[in-house]
Amino acid sequence: MLHIKCPHCGMRSQNEFSYGGDATVKRPELGKEISDQDWDNFVYNRKSLRGKHWELWQHLSGCRQWIKVQRDTATHEIFKTLKANEEIS
Amino acid sequence: MTQSFRLESGGLINRDKKISFKFNGKKYFGYEGDTLASALIANGVHLIGRSFKYHRPRGFFGAGVDEPYAIVQLYRNGETEPNIKATEQELFEGLEAKSVNCWPSVNFDVGAINNFLKIFLPAGFYYKTFMWPKSFWYKIYEPFIRRAAGLGTASIKHDKERYEHKYEYCDLLITGSGPSGLASAYSAAKNGAKVILAEDKSRFGGTLLTSEVNIGNQSGKEWADSIISELKEMPNVTVKNRSQVFGYYDHNMLVMSERISDHLPKTKKFHPKQRLWYIRAKEVLISSGSIERPIVFGNNDTPGVMLSSAAKEYLKVYGVLVGKKPLVFTNNDSGYETAIEFKKNGIDPIILDTRKEPQSEIIEEAKNMNINIKNSYVVVAAQGYKKVKSADVAKISDNKEELGSIENIECDCICVSGFWTPTIHLASQSGNKTKFNEDIDAFVPGISKQNEKTLGAANGIYTLEETLKDSFEKGNLLSKKITNNENKISFPNVVEKKSTVHDKFWCVPLPKGKNYKRFLDFQNDVAVSDIEIALKEGYRSIEHVKRYTTLGMATDQGKTSNLNGLQLVSKIENKVVPAVGHTTFRPPYSPVSIGAIVGREVGKHSKPTRKSPMHSWHEKNNAVFVDAGVWLRPRYYKRGEENLFEASKREARNVRTNVGVCDVTTLGKIDIKGPDAAELLNRVYTNAWLKLPIGKARYGVMLREDGIVMDDGTTTRISENHYHMTTTTAQAANVLSHLEYYLQLVWPELNVNVVSTTEQWAGAAIAGPKSREVLKKLFPKSDVSNEGLPFMGYMEADLFGVKAKIFRISFSGELAYEVNVESDNGYFMWEKIIEAGEEFGIQPYGTEALSTLRIEMGHVAGSELDGRTIPYDNSLEGLLSKKKDFIGKRSLSRKAFAVEDRQKIVGVVPLDKKTSIPEGSHLVKDSNAPLPNPKLGYISASCWSVEYDNPFSLAILKDGKNMIGKKLFVMSPLKNKVIPVEIVSSHYVDPKGERVRS
Repeated sequence: MLHIKCPHCGMRSQNEFSYGGDATVKRPELGKEISDQDWDNFVYNRKSLRGKHWELWQHLSGCRQWIKVQRDTATHEIFKTLKANEEIS
Repeated sequence: MTQSFRLESGGLINRDKKISFKFNGKKYFGYEGDTLASALIANGVHLIGRSFKYHRPRGFFGAGVDEPYAIVQLYRNGETEPNIKATEQELFEGLEAKSVNCWPSVNFDVGAINNFLKIFLPAGFYYKTFMWPKSFWYKIYEPFIRRAAGLGTASIKHDKERYEHKYEYCDLLITGSGPSGLASAYSAAKNGAKVILAEDKSRFGGTLLTSEVNIGNQSGKEWADSIISELKEMPNVTVKNRSQVFGYYDHNMLVMSERISDHLPKTKKFHPKQRLWYIRAKEVLISSGSIERPIVFGNNDTPGVMLSSAAKEYLKVYGVLVGKKPLVFTNNDSGYETAIEFKKNGIDPIILDTRKEPQSEIIEEAKNMNINIKNSYVVVAAQGYKKVKSADVAKISDNKEELGSIENIECDCICVSGFWTPTIHLASQSGNKTKFNEDIDAFVPGISKQNEKTLGAANGIYTLEETLKDSFEKGNLLSKKITNNENKISFPNVVEKKSTVHDKFWCVPLPKGKNYKRFLDFQNDVAVSDIEIALKEGYRSIEHVKRYTTLGMATDQGKTSNLNGLQLVSKIENKVVPAVGHTTFRPPYSPVSIGAIVGREVGKHSKPTRKSPMHSWHEKNNAVFVDAGVWLRPRYYKRGEENLFEASKREARNVRTNVGVCDVTTLGKIDIKGPDAAELLNRVYTNAWLKLPIGKARYGVMLREDGIVMDDGTTTRISENHYHMTTTTAQAANVLSHLEYYLQLVWPELNVNVVSTTEQWAGAAIAGPKSREVLKKLFPKSDVSNEGLPFMGYMEADLFGVKAKIFRISFSGELAYEVNVESDNGYFMWEKIIEAGEEFGIQPYGTEALSTLRIEMGHVAGSELDGRTIPYDNSLEGLLSKKKDFIGKRSLSRKAFAVEDRQKIVGVVPLDKKTSIPEGSHLVKDSNAPLPNPKLGYISASCWSVEYDNPFSLAILKDGKNMIGKKLFVMSPLKNKVIPVEIVSSHYVDPKGERVRS
């Protein structure tokens, strides 16, 4: 079980969180023209990365905040966590 | 039989307390402090089971967790449990155990015929043999294999015992209480660190209990006892015996099973049987020691052949002789320690040492005791079937390839020592990159991935002095880092006998003309010849060899077999062992009971049960409940001898003709507040929300980004910036997360707050042509006329002093209202509704009638919004705004979603108007078409229409738009039904929706 540092609550066990996918995907702006390919990339196409990966988790049984977590998908090492409004650098 | 193999004195058992037990129906005696194994050996019982594949007789091989053979079926307090190691099971009064894998008895086992068929049962036998004919598999092969395989039988009874889970955090977790565990725990504890010290066995001390050493002028055991009693007094230390740390998971999470009551005849009141600990440790010190490895020779699985360290442990801990004519076969000095122990107790052992002229303090001592030592000698084969009777031995050449002439030595046990293998399972599980240590021919932990360090023998350090020094230091350093506190401990004076190097010899060659089975893996019956076949057949990767031959599998996890298997593969492949590599060690290190893993999450504790505030009313009025997610909802209210079908029909009909009331508390409710609330709704729902007036409700559908319908429900504008959203019962939690996702991550600029209020409100739907009459009585001061409270209207009203919210919305398709009050007033509201409705013939209705009503109205619910349908499929395309963008809109213009003959919801009526249509059935054009018959659609929901008194179903049908009026067939292979049907509109009742507006 992973140990995730919620930027709001501190170190918590994985079973308090739910996984939310790739954190680097940006939702296209509402009402803007977009090609099929770009839309598909947003909805479906994800890189299945081995290594460092920024992903979203929601602290479901805690503060209910969505957070950004940088995790190594191969080793599960967690390098950094950010609040929803903090930019990935 | 008396305990004829028990010494007059000695051991750590309590001779004052005699314990009776039964093995295979026969009564024996042992002492308190015995294991089942030690007590049986004391009684001269060595035949304990039959082997997995060949059904060869099995005895004891080890004295603890390393035991591959002695697995029994245990009976305790009316319960039975398989897969119990006799070497770990402590004796208790009334214990009963039986052999496994033998029929009709362990002494006469029919399956032993496999032993004579063994040339036909080589590696991969099952893969090769049971391939054909295909039809034989289910009826003949599988039942046969299932009966022949497996060790013991799981109980099918409900387990009455209680198991607990515990979550714990600590600075240092130390796994094993041998010298390294004790030393590191002691120095860490002295620095103030929070320490958990776990010991698998009942006694603390590990090898200190059996070795002849001296620490600070105390014996090993005395020193261990003094350290343990000091640790137990310290508030920052938790010391646990009978506790096996069996798994090392991510982020230093380790799992330990504590056997609290397994050693007692009966679990004490209020005590659990076992407790599973989830421990998050800052640092882990693995002090799991090492396991002696066998030397491979002919018939080395015969009962009476065992590890020399086990023989020593039975002597020193239990005062039990494993034999009275022991032969010790060794390639290192450890065998001598066992021989010396025998000699001290008046037994004359013979030592066969593979080494030519070894010299050390220990060997000197054995010589001085006049022990018969034969150098450059090996055991070629054990003789005897159910017990060792003698051993064929021979001199071996210096190059270890040529055997001299065979001599036969009478003996009743063969104690084997092939040196020591560090127990690296936990380190390997943690992700540690293990490395091969040439000096000890074994893998030791290498580079750590997590915060773990391995100490002592588990790290390949085999001298006590070095182990203690290293462990004191590591415990001190790691704890100091955490507590910033240091209490130096003076290192005790250590006296131990020096040993010399071992011989890398591990497998005795076969003598000419003999074809003895030489076993590597004793639990899974894997012999040298099996590995040879696997390699001949082209298996190269050690992981493949493992799976093909079963080497190192199952509960044993290669504890005694791993390295010898690798030696063999590397020898045949002409590689070095590290190039072959070892297979992955997987948790659990040793078996854990399912009960402990499940913990208390059984029966009603497996999930929370949510009940509405009106639950007790439903109970009193004969409601039959159904699980709706975690909620319990009334399915129907039984009257007299009614069944589900009759009751739900009555309830639904009463809604259509009079008035009914349904508990809708379970609907998800989300409170939405903020100046941008309307904008959020406008983006989340497919239809327009910006102009919804205050005091009005609107039906909405929300999509996922991929265009699939996520949920539907009504949202009401309570005031300028305040909305009340309802969701389906099942999707309530997902919708809240969905809204939070967009508010926090995608559109943080929106000034809106959302919070779940599902539990704050109790809800009742009052539905039927007479519902307004009921409402008038409930709210005499409010204008609930069609003008005062029109369809989709909302008002706040006073319910006899209780604040209520009235929504004029309808799921049943009738004139209907939903009344919400604060949960605490739910019961009061319900009683008032029933009271007011009495004169209009009000009846409560359950989920079954609720479904009937919505199905015949063609209202979609979870069975249509099933994560596979878009708005068009549900005839909800009218709710798609063309003017604005919303979540998922772009996906709807994708090709597949826009095809002409796209699936669409329809109604289905059987031509005979009688036959009920099973849900999940398929719709086909031709019921006699050859298989696979092209499927045109599926039945999503079925009911008995109370309006027309015939069966009616909803279906999602290909090209549904153009299918109205067509005749098709419903096929249910599951129920073996073929029903000719007509396709009709999904709006079967009141298609214009006049009733809800009446």
